[in-house]
Parts: sequence; C-alpha cells; structure tokens
Amino acid sequence: MGDKVFMQGNEAFAEAAIRSGCKFFFGYPITPSSEIPEYYSKKAPSEGLTFIQAETEVSAFNMVAGVAATGKRGMTATSGPGFSLGCEAMSYMSAASLPSVVVDCMRPGPADGEILGSQGDYNQLTKGGGHGDYNTIVLAPYSVQEYADFAPLAFELAEKYRNPVVVASDGTIAKMMENVELPERITPPGRSDWACDGINGRGHHNDITTCGDGPEQWEQFNLDLQAKFAKIRENEQRWEEIDTDDADIIMVAFGSLARVCLTAKAIARENGMKVGIIRPISLWPFPVKAFEKFADKNVKFFVTELNAGQMVNDVKLTINDNKKVEFYGRLGGITPTPVELYKKMCELYK
Amino acid sequence: MSIVYKKPEVFTEEYKKYCGGCGHGIINKLIAEVMEEEKLVDKTVLIWPIGCSVYADKYYKADSICALHGRAPAVGTGVKRSCPEDLVVVYQGDGDMVSEGMAEIMHSGIRGEKFTVIFVNNSIYGMTGGQMAPTTLMDQVTTTTPYGRKEENTGHPVNMAEIIGNLKGCYYSERVTVTSPANIRKTKAAIKKAFKYQMEGKGLSFVEVLSPCPTGWKVKPLQALKWIDDVVSKQYPLGVFRDCGQEEK
Repeated sequence: MGDKVFMQGNEAFAEAAIRSGCKFFFGYPITPSSEIPEYYSKKAPSEGLTFIQAETEVSAFNMVAGVAATGKRGMTATSGPGFSLGCEAMSYMSAASLPSVVVDCMRPGPADGEILGSQGDYNQLTKGGGHGDYNTIVLAPYSVQEYADFAPLAFELAEKYRNPVVVASDGTIAKMMENVELPERITPPGRSDWACDGINGRGHHNDITTCGDGPEQWEQFNLDLQAKFAKIRENEQRWEEIDTDDADIIMVAFGSLARVCLTAKAIARENGMKVGIIRPISLWPFPVKAFEKFADKNVKFFVTELNAGQMVNDVKLTINDNKKVEFYGRLGGITPTPVELYKKMCELYK
Repeated sequence: MSIVYKKPEVFTEEYKKYCGGCGHGIINKLIAEVMEEEKLVDKTVLIWPIGCSVYADKYYKADSICALHGRAPAVGTGVKRSCPEDLVVVYQGDGDMVSEGMAEIMHSGIRGEKFTVIFVNNSIYGMTGGQMAPTTLMDQVTTTTPYGRKEENTGHPVNMAEIIGNLKGCYYSERVTVTSPANIRKTKAAIKKAFKYQMEGKGLSFVEVLSPCPTGWKVKPLQALKWIDDVVSKQYPLGVFRDCGQEEK
C-alpha cells in the first residue's frame, strides 16, 4: 500500500482516484462534494490532469460519457440535486456500456433540502434513477479508508462490466477526517478495442449508440443488458457481517450510519441483548446472499437508515417475512446516536 | 473517362433514412468527402445528435458516437479533451442545439473547445413530425404553431452563427446553405476550413448550414430550396461571422 495520511474523505477519494489513473474530472460545485473538484483542479498542472468545471451537472455527466467513450478513466462528483440532473446520462452510459465513476455525496432531500449526512438517494441510486431498465453498481463506504479504497475498485468494476459505478458517500463520510492508507499508483489499461478514440490503426471502426432500430433489435439490446446485470448480481454482492452467529437481532445499516450501529451493538451486548450487524457494502447489487443463512432462523432484523425507509424494502423482499423486519430512520440530516438506536431496539424487542 | 461523381469510400452500404429533398444527405456526403480528401478518416470521431441524423453513426466507416438530445457538445468536450489529436465533429440539428442543448453549445463556445460543430438549421423539428423550433421563422406554420409563430408567445428566431461568432472562444463561424451546386461547393469549403482550423489546434469552428425540410415544411423539394433562398436566408443571412484565420493573415 501507499502512504499513511490523516485526510478528509472527499480529498482522500480524489487522491485515490488520481492514483488510479483517472486523469479526467468534470464537475459542478455542490455541497458536500466540492472538495473533490477542488482537489482535482489543484493537482491538475502537476499531475497532468484535465479538470473542467462544467456549466451544469447535465453537461458534466455527458463529458464523463465522452471520455468514457474513448476508453479512458473519467469521473464526476455531485450530491442529490446534481445526481438527479445526471440521471439522464446515467441511463445513457449504462445503455451504451460506458465505464465511468460517479460520486454521490448524499445530502437530505427532497429538492434543495439540507447539506448534512443523509441516505435519501438509496432508491434513486439502486433502482436506476433515470429512464428505462438499467442498473449501476453502487458502493457505500463507511470510513475514509473504504472511501479511498473504492476509487480503484470502482474503476476496475466499471471496466470489467462496462457499466457506470456510483460511490455513494454522504455529508458525514465526505467531510470526516481519518487516518487513511492511500492506494498505490497504478497505470490504467491501454487502448480499448471497443472505444471511439479514432481508428488510428485499429483495423475497424467503432460505433456507440443507444438509439433503437426497431422493437426486435431493441428487445435483444435490452436482454443483453439484463444478462450483464444478472452477472453483476451473481458476482458482485458485497457486505460485512459482525457478530451475527449467535444474534437474535441483526441491525442492517450501510455507510456512515453503520459506524453508529457498531457502538449501538456494543451497548446492546453489554446489556445482554444478542445483537449483530449486516452492513451492505454494495447497495446494488443488494447483498441478498448475506441474508440467506438466516432464512430459517428466528432472527429479527432492525433496519436503520438516514431516510424515511428505502433499503428496508430490499431487506423485506430478501427476508420474505415482513413481520421479522422493523425500521427506524431519521430525516433532515440528523444522525441518531448509538444510545438512541439502542433504546429504539429495547422499545421494539423487550 | 474520368469519374466526376461517386459515393465516398468512407460511406458504408447502409441506406440513408432521410426524406426526399432533405439536406442532411448532402451535408453528410460533404463531411465524408472532406474527411477523405484531407486523409482524416483514421483519426475522426463523429458525434451525432437526436434528430433525423440519429442513425448517421451507421453511415460511416469511422468512429461514431450517438449522444443524448442536445448533449453532443458535452460528449464532444470529453472526447476532444481525451483525444486532442483526433478530428472531433459534433453534428447537431436546430431543435437539438438551440432548444435542448443551448447550454452545452454556448459553454463549448465560451470554453473555446477545439472541435468542429456542423449545425444543420432547417427551422423545424423534423424527426418528431414538424414542431416549432427556436429557429422557426415568424409566422411559420408548424404542428405546434398551427396559426404561425407569434412573438408574444414564443419570441423570435435565434441566429446561432452570429451568437457563437461573437464568443471569444470561437475561432471560425460561417453560415452557408445547400440550395444550389454553387452553394454546396461553398458549404464544402467551409467544412474544409473548419476541419483545417481544428487540426491546427484552433478554437471552436462552427458551420451553420441552412437545410431544406420539404416534409416538415409541407412543400415540394424545389419549393423548399426557393424558400431558403427567398425567405429563410433573410432571417439567417449567409456569410462569415468570425474567421480568426483571416484576421491573423
């Protein structure tokens, strides 16, 4: 691994992305994501990077599509209001099989909303967000270390499946400072055989389009995409399990709130409650495999999120027994304390 | 006997899905000819819009990307920044550029993006069936201005070649048309000049082409050509609005 530093989440991600060979950044300022474009613009001359502050998120996402279409690593970073504008291009990049990385530093919506930590974009990120049948891989970091580690991983997955990857941090993970071991510098793969970077001796020309040519052709196009998504569902489920072996209650939380659950679980254990944690790391594909072994056990699931209840629906679908699943959420940018979560569990289960 | 007229080598066998009398076919062919004559096929990336030219990616044996509606200049920005040595051609219609994508084209000009824009202005939405565009003439009847375009509801037509030509990031802006062999030759010369400037690393080169849409205008092809010469070109005068290459001489 590379250097150990004390760094802010967004800056650590930006540095890790640069070390991953992402030389192109296009973005529009929005709290709480702005340190990422600021870091790129600062490093541009010394690192030979291209940084453009775009006129809108619509343009920024489409510029990323342009770089991705040439087979090179490009990214943008935004927050909910900007991601909504970018959804058109997310649908496009997924349909066009363009590998790209987008950071969504979630903040509480709807609309302009607030700027602290939130997980209110879960549905938008995991169910598509834009039009049509498509999915993007979504990775949710719960520490600055994981945030930085997800930069090389996101590009690797994006290129492996030729699909956009979203790194879903939030106001807390983005702004928090922690010790982090930065990834080592890597050289990204060379020219891609499918990319549109000019023939330049390739021997054939390439064509990237998302425009259908009749219903039969377009159904087959969609079926091919769905086959790709099925492969991702099979191979790329990621999660962490903590103390689930003897658990009667399993807390389910992702991102910054999973950090709070660690302490809440410790308090519960001290007070004789057998509590464990499942922390989804890939929000899409949702880690259904994490829940399989609990199907026949008498385990209750306490789902907590910084939203009005979004991931809880995926847990219910996975468990297939609504009576086993309880939900507690906070809105507006408020993160519950560990004691608050512990008391809520006592209230529900004692 | 020498061959004086032939299909460009860079064209594929795909048939072109344009109506009779449409200008897109001529403009597509001029681009192909210049790519070949300037030996640029191997280093070209063509970026197509949403509109009647949406299938044009199938017509060329060159790298082609079909962008989202209005976003071709943003995609072009990504491509050109990634491959500065390539010839990047952004092709847009008037609905695509002047309505949906006004921000993208304006800011490409503001930043001085070093690609070429071929802007096909037929003052109407062709593919969706003849609706009003921001470029529709005053009193022009379309399916969404059935009583003619009126100032109080939709304002005035937009003169893009002049607007873009006024931006410091623009190196070259000219308006041409394809209503006669002489005008077609001038259009080809403008495209050639735009490509030359791009390959010299200059700023945005912008060629607006007044193009007939007999189907959308509901007139015969010859009447469409006459309407451009007699009426459309009064609103959109032909000419050069910026040519830094001339100024530098």
